[in-house]
Amino acid sequence: MIFLTRKAEFSSAHYYWNEAWSLEENQRIFGKCANRNGHGHNYTLEVTVAGAVDATSGFVVDLKELKDILEREVVSVYDHRHLNLEVPEFKTTIPTTENIAIAIWHRLDNKIPHAKLHRVRVYEMPDLFVDYYGEP
Amino acid sequence: MKAHLNRRYHFSASHRLHTEAFDAAKNRAVFGKCNNPHGHGHNYTVQITMSGPVDPSTGMVCNLAELDAFAETNLLARFDHMNLNTMNCFANMVSTTENLSIEIYRIFQRFPAAHLERVHVEETSNNSFDYAGDATPTPGML
Repeated sequence: MIFLTRKAEFSSAHYYWNEAWSLEENQRIFGKCANRNGHGHNYTLEVTVAGAVDATSGFVVDLKELKDILEREVVSVYDHRHLNLEVPEFKTTIPTTENIAIAIWHRLDNKIPHAKLHRVRVYEMPDLFVDYYGEP
Repeated sequence: MKAHLNRRYHFSASHRLHTEAFDAAKNRAVFGKCNNPHGHGHNYTVQITMSGPVDPSTGMVCNLAELDAFAETNLLARFDHMNLNTMNCFANMVSTTENLSIEIYRIFQRFPAAHLERVHVEETSNNSFDYAGDATPTPGML
């Protein structure tokens, strides 16, 4: 079994807000992330897939194919977008790094031929990142 | 859904690798330049991995501000710009990064709002250490 990781980057705006809470409660829990005008990050996505090495190609997956899948399923939807306002899954969930990692897992799961999605890692910044392994 | 939150903290500290169990010659032989009696220092990076279910109301494993405040009080305020050998936790233990990793693991085990999966400590960009308590990380989990 080989683990292969491919990176991609996207830059997006977001804010943290729970509609069930008052302004004061949102500001207390989310701090400056609750600014309704939004703020943004350069996100780095690392997708790790696991699989056997194909005896003929020497590949776990074709990296070009994986790159195209990441572009189509994630980057083209998230990059230079406001996550709360323009990305469907964040109409109902808060676009925290945790929820972004989970959403990307669901966007990619079962779409990568010949390999199993192992981990989605999303860096909001170099000192803060989330891993999701598809666990319920 | 269970996710893993990783947060990195930075501190600078001095230390000297030395044990009373060895004589001076053996300390020098085993620890090399790390046994310099005057000590030396590093910029340490500590990476904490906390896991737990993502709270639907916040979208979070745990509140980052709470984790940062815990780290400030229990890690950074205690270790930053200190000589590790003068600290109680290293009174009877060589201040290697292995032992530092175990000590930091014990500290973050006490963070109440999420489960500590592991700590990863970088002594330099070339040396790093992982400790997950009794758990054995499965391949691909680091």
